[in-house]
Amino acid sequence: MNKRVGQLQLIKKIKLNYNNYLLEFKADSILSDIKPGQFVNIQIDRSPSTFLRRPISIYDVNYQTGTISLVVKIVGAGSETLTSAEPGSIIDMVYPLGNGFSQPKAGDKCLLVGGGVGVAPLYLLAKEMNINGIKPFILLGARTAEDHILLSEFNKLGEVFLTTNDGSLQVKGFVTDHEIWSNSLNFNKIYCCGPEPMMKAVAAKAAKLDIDCEVSLENLMACGFGVCLCCVTKTHDGHKCVCTEGPVFNIKDLEWQI
Amino acid sequence: MANLEVKIHNLTFKNPVITASGTFGNGVEFDDFIDVNSLGGIVLKGTTLKHREGNNYPRMAETASGMLNAVGLQNKGAEYFCKHIYPAVLRYDTNVIVNVNGSTIEDYIALAEIINDLEAIPAIELNISCPNVKEGGMAFGTSCPMAEQVTKEVRRVYSKTLIVKLSPNVTNIAEIARAVESNGADAVSLVNTFLGMAIDAEKRVPRLSTVTGGLSGPAIKPIALRMVWQVAQAVKVPVIGMGGIMCASDAIEFLLAGASAVQIGTANFVDPQVSVKVIAGIDDYLQRHNFNSVLDIIGGLQM
Repeated sequence: MNKRVGQLQLIKKIKLNYNNYLLEFKADSILSDIKPGQFVNIQIDRSPSTFLRRPISIYDVNYQTGTISLVVKIVGAGSETLTSAEPGSIIDMVYPLGNGFSQPKAGDKCLLVGGGVGVAPLYLLAKEMNINGIKPFILLGARTAEDHILLSEFNKLGEVFLTTNDGSLQVKGFVTDHEIWSNSLNFNKIYCCGPEPMMKAVAAKAAKLDIDCEVSLENLMACGFGVCLCCVTKTHDGHKCVCTEGPVFNIKDLEWQI
Repeated sequence: MANLEVKIHNLTFKNPVITASGTFGNGVEFDDFIDVNSLGGIVLKGTTLKHREGNNYPRMAETASGMLNAVGLQNKGAEYFCKHIYPAVLRYDTNVIVNVNGSTIEDYIALAEIINDLEAIPAIELNISCPNVKEGGMAFGTSCPMAEQVTKEVRRVYSKTLIVKLSPNVTNIAEIARAVESNGADAVSLVNTFLGMAIDAEKRVPRLSTVTGGLSGPAIKPIALRMVWQVAQAVKVPVIGMGGIMCASDAIEFLLAGASAVQIGTANFVDPQVSVKVIAGIDDYLQRHNFNSVLDIIGGLQM
């Protein structure tokens, strides 16, 4: 798997809700080596406030047409500038980065848990599971109904369960309040991506139920390919770089107090 | 193509572009992006005698045109270096330089002795300027007597090219440069990062786990350039200039100020191919200005 610096053309921009965009790019090279859970590191404009690249998870890859899709949530100057780019713009990115999710075994009963924009990398994972004959259960949480994005897409890939903090859609509360956890569905694999408090709560559930669980971390990083050593997380084997030894970690390797 | 070859002490560099310690891993991380052999040299990630876990997360904060880091010399120590990293860099046809760190003089000496025995390492960069470690590090580089002592002691055990990396966090950097020169340094490299700080105003907490960290990137370039210019006039040994170099024209400014070579640091994070672009850009500059050799512009500032 070769990492590369690519000039990708933005070919489609869809506004998903008030602060999330789906951006589709035409790649300049073969994408067959991209795995679910990997990310790209995007150069914004090197302006004083957006000097470093911005890491963003890969939402989807079309291996036939050679396109990569990302979901970008506006959180600051970088995402603001990136989502204001118009189709036709050329965007510089370093990709594919990170380890990606592990492949489930045939017959595994998988639960994907996503929160907010953290649902993005779970889409490609669910798509690949479908190809391998696995229909995952998909539990998505957001603050309000409006914050839930891409539901129709996830509905195509597995059974979807939703929570909202304000109760405006389906179950009121956090993902960990959903009754799916008390049903005896016998999951043997959980994949989770979302805000860290949510992932820690899911990890605690998984640990209690003795279910193998992978989480995708998002630490501040400068390079994205393992040389700045800024994005570390504590594991039982010392500090590991989230950008290269992650972003996906099995919770049994992390020093999380859960 | 112009002649880009430069000499630092008795060591020949095919061009004046070297990648800075802590921004280039052990080189191998860049194999996907560039031909590492096309560089003048690479300085490997800072090494200490013993394994160091480094500082807690968060270790990085983006600031205006730059970044703060507080990595704290995370590395696996000398034994791991000799067993695993050294064999992996043997294949490079460029000057592979080890960045040597310590908390005590004894540590520096012991590590320098170990690296001295590694045939394929022609030089060390003695780091007396790391701002992110509690003991040693920058303390050696901010006092003349300590800078003199560590240089003198390492010089005793290290027989190849000894480069001393200076801290900008001093009142008079030329004085420190002269102190290490007169105690056996074959060259000086400068500047390491500036001690800085960032606060998350919303949460009212420091952005770095260590509160303070080292500032790098284009934000520091004018100060770094001024220091390189001052040091180049104060010492006879070659000066390796660095601090916020993002492109060939930045690098050329350092050469004009008197640096015999430059190091590219933070820019490697922003563009992993920047180092080879800088080499091409220097060559282009020399041809445009009808210089046959890069030596023609070193210290060539017109006053």
